[in-house]
Amino acid sequence: MSARTRMPVGLEARQKKGWIGANRYLLLRRTSQLFFLMLFLLGPWFGIWIVQGTLAGSLTLGVLPLTDPFIALQSLVAGHLPATSALVGALIVLGVYAVLGGRVYCSWVCPINPVTDAAHWLHVKLGLSKGWQPKRQTRLWVMATALLVSALAGTVAWELVNPVTMVHRGLVFGMGAAWGMVAAIFVFDLVVSRRGWCGHVCPVGAFYGLLGHKSVVRISAAQRSACDDCMDCYAVCPEQQVISPALKGKPGSSPLILSPDCTNCGRCIDVCAMDVFNFTHRFDDRVDDRPDPLTAPAGRIA
Amino acid sequence: MSVPDISPDRRRFLKDAARMAGGCMLAGGGLAWLARDARALPAQALRPPGALAEAAFLSACIRCGLCVRECPYDTLVLAELGSDGPATGTPYFIARDVPCEMCEDIPCVAACPTGALDPALDDIDDARMGTAVLVDQENCLNFQGLRCDVCYRVCPVIDEAITLDVSHNTRSGHHAMFIPTVHADHCTGCGMCEKSCVLPEAAIKVLPLRMARATPAEHYRKGWEEKDAKGGPVVEGIIDLPDRLPGPGTDNLATPGGFEPAFKLPGTGQ
Ligand code: SF4
Ligand code: SF4
Ligand code: SF4
Ligand code: SF4
Ligand code: SF4
Repeated sequence: MSARTRMPVGLEARQKKGWIGANRYLLLRRTSQLFFLMLFLLGPWFGIWIVQGTLAGSLTLGVLPLTDPFIALQSLVAGHLPATSALVGALIVLGVYAVLGGRVYCSWVCPINPVTDAAHWLHVKLGLSKGWQPKRQTRLWVMATALLVSALAGTVAWELVNPVTMVHRGLVFGMGAAWGMVAAIFVFDLVVSRRGWCGHVCPVGAFYGLLGHKSVVRISAAQRSACDDCMDCYAVCPEQQVISPALKGKPGSSPLILSPDCTNCGRCIDVCAMDVFNFTHRFDDRVDDRPDPLTAPAGRIA
Repeated sequence: MSVPDISPDRRRFLKDAARMAGGCMLAGGGLAWLARDARALPAQALRPPGALAEAAFLSACIRCGLCVRECPYDTLVLAELGSDGPATGTPYFIARDVPCEMCEDIPCVAACPTGALDPALDDIDDARMGTAVLVDQENCLNFQGLRCDVCYRVCPVIDEAITLDVSHNTRSGHHAMFIPTVHADHCTGCGMCEKSCVLPEAAIKVLPLRMARATPAEHYRKGWEEKDAKGGPVVEGIIDLPDRLPGPGTDNLATPGGFEPAFKLPGTGQ
């Protein structure tokens, strides 16, 4: 490993692409998160009713129903066939995320993401240890448990505790206990488990992950030959296990990040000074062979 | 038989699976406990018009809040985790805070995307959010012979859901009492009466049906109904004994002509 692995994460990218260039997708993502939140808040705050309801279920411009498919599924296994409006809403959401990548919900929409991102930022600043790191599949087990309890108890079980909708509902209808939920998740991610909630526990993220199994929009490490092992992408990726198969794959293997865990956050594109990553679709597995930066004549000063 | 060879990988897998299953049982148990707890809806929490029976409602409502948004009177609120009692995120109202105004077009039901509020409810008078019960006769002003009448007057289904039944005022001896009487067949449980009761704590309260209503006594066969159904006496050839009315020829000593009974019951002290 070079001395560059000990440089602050993203510094090189900032030097090369400028601050904006090195934070492009982060900025876009925060804008998107704010945008979706404001869509819901314009009504209650300013009386501009574009979207009514919450992330659990909403009505846009009085015509477009949207329903969280995981909640609809729990309702279904609890023994209720949702009425047409909710069913159509769930199908639309299913379709959109099945194409865009299930966990696009996580990095571009979910109101908890800024909280866990903030916790992670502080976690790194304070140099805290990883803490408890349960298996990645834990969230799938939690998801199965939520469905099982829904079926047995005849209720939409995860909604009793789901911080995603609870916080969203809190913002739209007035906080209260929901602040406690925000604090609890922040503390959990900060001191108990690094990237713990979204990376290991949240069954909503797990569900959207499954949903995006065959999604079209993908990140590709197309320029992987240019990778100089600075490890910055691993440092920023919330699901770092997804990178290696694409970035470090044998010659001839696909450079696409095909793991459904990838949230399509694009942070790896941001921090890579060598522009290894880019957004593309799942049928584009081109690998561009650029000259190795370290042996190339115009190699950077390390 | 020897212990079958288990490869270290397989062993680790089994161990992990067991650990996961254990953890999930624990978490699932907690969740199930919460779910059970949330089922015991507090007595003062009423569901919106058209809400399915509580168990079905809990499986149907996705906690979206669209019903809350559409309510023009801000009657409905969404429950918060723990503190409110009803299952987290589900809509309810407290009659004494804001009752349901029984909107003609029932916007809350129209807004519900899931059918948790039954779209079959097309006449708000058919809603059964609960039933009003005059729970405290000792403090109700009308029961004391006064003419408060407020609950009666505010009722949107006046003279059907609630009537004033006249009876004799035994205290004053020569006044009437106008007793507010709820008829559950017509009461929608809107809570207007409870909201308007002039007492610091309402004497009339809307209770959920499960608390307000008994089930009919099915094991009783009522003589008068049986008689009507049969079109004649239920038992043939029964002798009709004279009733013990006051008057001559009876054992009522208070009336002139009454006579001493032939024997006295022991211990009657006479
Ligand atoms: S994992 Fe869960 S909490 Fe985290 S961003 Fe995704 S949906 Fe939100
Ligand atoms: S691989 Fe890149 S896009 Fe996917 S989650 Fe990691 S940082 Fe985000
Ligand atoms: S009927 Fe009208 S007042 Fe009553 S809960 Fe529905 S919207 Fe609100
Ligand atoms: S509109 Fe229906 S599904 Fe949504 S919160 Fe109200 S009752 Fe529940
Ligand atoms: S709750 Fe009270 S006001 Fe409403 S219908 Fe029943 S008796 Fe009338």
